[in-house]
Amino acid sequence: MPHHFPPDSVGLVTPQILQFEEPLALDCGRSLAEYELVYETYGTLNADHSNAVLICHALSSDHHAAGCHEGTDPNKLGWWDNCIGPGKPFDTREFFVVCCNNLGGCKGSTGPTSINPENRKPYGPDFPIVTVKDWVRSQARLADRLGIGQWAAVIGGSLGGMQAMQWAISYPDRVRHVLVIAAAPRLSAQNIAFNEVARQAIISDPDFHHGHYYEFGVVPRRGLMIARMLGHITYLSDEGMRAKFGRELREGTPNFNFNFDTEFQVESYLRHQGKAFVDRFDANTYLLMTKTLDYFDPAASFDQDLSAAFHRTQARFLVVSFTSDWRFAPARSREIVRALVRAGREVSYSEIASESGHDAFLMPIPLYHETLHGYLSRVAREVNGRTSEPAHTAVPAATEVNAHAA
Amino acid sequence: MRPELELISEWIRPGTRVLDLGCGDGALLAYLHERRQVGGYGLEIDSANIVKCIRAGVNVIHADLEAGLEDFGDSSFDYVIMTQTLQAVRHTERLLDEMLRVGRQGIVTFPNFGFWRGRLQVALHGLMPVGKALPYQWYDTPNVHLFTIRDFEALCRHKRIDILQRMVLDHAHQPRLGPRLWPNLLGEIALYRLGRA
Repeated sequence: MPHHFPPDSVGLVTPQILQFEEPLALDCGRSLAEYELVYETYGTLNADHSNAVLICHALSSDHHAAGCHEGTDPNKLGWWDNCIGPGKPFDTREFFVVCCNNLGGCKGSTGPTSINPENRKPYGPDFPIVTVKDWVRSQARLADRLGIGQWAAVIGGSLGGMQAMQWAISYPDRVRHVLVIAAAPRLSAQNIAFNEVARQAIISDPDFHHGHYYEFGVVPRRGLMIARMLGHITYLSDEGMRAKFGRELREGTPNFNFNFDTEFQVESYLRHQGKAFVDRFDANTYLLMTKTLDYFDPAASFDQDLSAAFHRTQARFLVVSFTSDWRFAPARSREIVRALVRAGREVSYSEIASESGHDAFLMPIPLYHETLHGYLSRVAREVNGRTSEPAHTAVPAATEVNAHAA
Repeated sequence: MRPELELISEWIRPGTRVLDLGCGDGALLAYLHERRQVGGYGLEIDSANIVKCIRAGVNVIHADLEAGLEDFGDSSFDYVIMTQTLQAVRHTERLLDEMLRVGRQGIVTFPNFGFWRGRLQVALHGLMPVGKALPYQWYDTPNVHLFTIRDFEALCRHKRIDILQRMVLDHAHQPRLGPRLWPNLLGEIALYRLGRA
């Protein structure tokens, strides 16, 4: 029986793949002779190709941002489904929305699990460490192939926000608006420290085999699981965890057992998240993505002056942060805003009250979505050449997606 | 509010950059952009107002004025504007300094607590003034500093702030004869353009 999607859903979607034969020079000095990018699109490209919007994903998500794949559970929606669809902030009646899996990923774009054409074996740890700049370069080629000269907007949360910023810096005339959500201009020592613990958890797993675990028919489950558990702690806030779990013991555990089994709800939650992640994510990709985060630093090429990095950008910016986000705290977003103001760029900034920590950027928080909607409806009018506000259909309560941040 | 926007916009040279402290729903910036091709930003703390600014296409930055303007460089704006906000901030003196550090000129508007009706309310009835320009009760007012035109000008003298222009209006923002002759007694709203030598 066909599933009926709500009117604000993009419904069934099919990923597409593009092959790129022209070598891509990377920041690390190496180059990829050929590569593939898997992507999804929602909505229709208008006649002058001006209504395209690029959504950049964060550390552990992928190209499946909205809707549902044929033959899968219709409740398993894309990671940002609450934001993409008819009447939602990324209104697919207005925009042609594109989201691709980044290079180095494990969901269909060329990455460590892909076959290295040189030796017909999976790249594994030999896959070059790509940077945010490299990603943006590969996305620009995707834009070329899709016939998109200039994005109406490039948007991303967390690591995705860094890509959005880099777009404005690398290709000033190819992006009209940039939305940077829950991001930072570069990682702090504390951020890098968390990434390093995650990496060490993976690398020290006996099943890691220096990254060549595919050849041994194993995966470093324990290491990847611990890395993800650690990540989750940084995606949530103290108050959010208190509200969600408190010190509750899990069902069937009336008292302390005085051993190291899972007793507290929060332990059970973290273990579940860790285990589920191992089944859907590749450890080499995780290592690579954390390095990509660590390396991001647009000010570095401009004498540590972030405003100089923004000087040649032409886009208008919207920067959004969340009060309880301590991974990329509001102060980090304010650094971006300050640099943009000093560079004389057009920018708006909103700090949204939320207890959801870093994960808030994926949540359907009304004020947050109103902010995105308000901004994007102006972008839509700009590119679709209308002066009146489009009729907004009432949006049904958004389905919460259990997709996780960074 | 509209007449106040018009009066302020007459003081502003076209094509300049302004910073509007406590910009509300962005009406002034939108007006200045349209009439005077002025660019810049509004600072605002209220989230609902921020959404209104964004919807109106006005650059708005979520900020707490009490924390100062440290994100902004010296003389980075032609004008820093504060409409009906000075009486509602705690660190009035510091904010005035910040305003004239960041802006080459400052524009300030505030309700005059020296207006005769208010004086009568205190003197005859022993009640705190409530009126058209001061519509709050003492217990729900956002205004934390109550001052008159004479108070303000004394502060400007003390701080060596130059008053470049002054306009005193009635509650309908009309520049009538009375307020012009006896501003501190008959004026309900005061507009100042300030500078520092």
